[in-house]
Amino acid sequence: MAKDKLSLAAWIEESEKKGISLRETLIANNAEAMGVEPQVLLDEMADMLKVMRASIDYGLTGVRSRSKLTGGSAKKLFEAKQSNNYANLLGSTVSDAVIFSLAVAEANAAMGRIVAAPTAGASGVLPGMLFSLQKNYALSEKDLAAGLVVAGSIGLVIANRSSLSGAMGGCQAETGSAAAMAAGAAVDMLGGTPEQVGHAVAMTIKNMLGLVCDPVAGLVEVPCIKRNAGAVAQALTAAEMALAGITSFIPADEAIDAMKEVGDRMPCSLKETAGGGLAHAPTALAWAAKYFKAEE
Amino acid sequence: MDLMDVIGPVMIGPSSSHTAGAVRLGLLAASILGEKPVKAEIELHGSFAQTYRGHGTDLALLAGLMGWLPDDARIPEARTFAGKNGLEYSFAKVNLGELAHPNTVKFKLIGAGGAVCQVIGSSIGGGQVSVTEIDDFPVELNGRLPGVLVLHRDQCGVIALVSGQLAEAGINIAGMRVFRTGKGGLAIMIIECDQKVAPETLEKITHLMAVKSVRFINNVL
Repeated sequence: MAKDKLSLAAWIEESEKKGISLRETLIANNAEAMGVEPQVLLDEMADMLKVMRASIDYGLTGVRSRSKLTGGSAKKLFEAKQSNNYANLLGSTVSDAVIFSLAVAEANAAMGRIVAAPTAGASGVLPGMLFSLQKNYALSEKDLAAGLVVAGSIGLVIANRSSLSGAMGGCQAETGSAAAMAAGAAVDMLGGTPEQVGHAVAMTIKNMLGLVCDPVAGLVEVPCIKRNAGAVAQALTAAEMALAGITSFIPADEAIDAMKEVGDRMPCSLKETAGGGLAHAPTALAWAAKYFKAEE
Repeated sequence: MDLMDVIGPVMIGPSSSHTAGAVRLGLLAASILGEKPVKAEIELHGSFAQTYRGHGTDLALLAGLMGWLPDDARIPEARTFAGKNGLEYSFAKVNLGELAHPNTVKFKLIGAGGAVCQVIGSSIGGGQVSVTEIDDFPVELNGRLPGVLVLHRDQCGVIALVSGQLAEAGINIAGMRVFRTGKGGLAIMIIECDQKVAPETLEKITHLMAVKSVRFINNVL
């Protein structure tokens, strides 16, 4: 018998019916599925948060990747923010999120220790959102741990209905999914309703739909690192809209299904194989040729 | 799949397939060898060959051979540690053909006690791995469960004897595959188990009719 697909709508409905927050439903459901007490699950999340925090700190030291292609941008933006002539286009919350996301993505590229949530390539998005909200909205570690459960549950739905892998679904499935997870978690952590979480997820996926995975020389560096920064900004944009009561015409589960369809139709050359897109830009090809030659 | 698969694992970057998966392939290969590797000739195919430096695939494979896990902070220094730990290694590029997965590695290993084995495996995405060949036998091993590898002569009743020993030890067989070079020739049994198999049980299997060698393979996921 085929198992029913996971559905964000079902969890939202369950929470609305019981009159509880989405996080309460998801903490209980996930703990039950894993056969552990809710506190054990939250402790696991707290451990992940510690690793995320450490990868932000490592990235902020200005690390460079082994290929020397990337690095140092988190530190650069962090330092610019301290200076007097900083433009501050994004405001405190989004700029912190961007800085932290860059930091983790650069730590990842430099062989630092990260949490692959949902993947290594998209590992900057969630820590960027979580630690920016903690800093700017004085959220507790408990809020963050609960936020990770919400984010992870959204990821489970995406993995079940579509994919979290760039090789399967393109970058929309990696940074797009990470952003959708971050957007939903942000809404929940800031006191949004379960329905608002769903709208934030849907709007994020809609805004990142179709993004291809086209890494220069096949490395998790260009454009991956800055896409983490862009993705977290997308996530917070959708969260802000959802918290204001803006709704998505397309429900979250259907947006996820659309992402699968788009991913399935995406040519192989644009799914992590460095066979097209930015990976085939003249600058990329010239750098890759030199890099591969040096590898000989 | 549960929440911890999405929020995790903790790993050394940059790539779940080219780094974390590579550590697991090293761990599996060392486990198949059954003793501490002292010499490793490592051949890289496809994307592994093209991008191994940028992804630290070389470091990750050595880390796995030394028994480290994918989140070990020493991974970037694996080459230095290998030298100190008496693991002699070399890397070469190889073309294993069109049919091979792009992220494929071939290990030729020698152990401290003189054991020798050749293992081919692929990193198939998201840190998942698949060992596809051991000593020229086609196999399928994903490292999710502990396994027993039995090399034997193809003969009626050997499978029953081996599974009988496992049953007696209270070990449930989760999956099983058998291959042979030809009727009455050399054969291999790959048995995935729900429990780890004790050395005494492995010893008993070693002494069964037609059995040539037995190896226990630890799970790496």
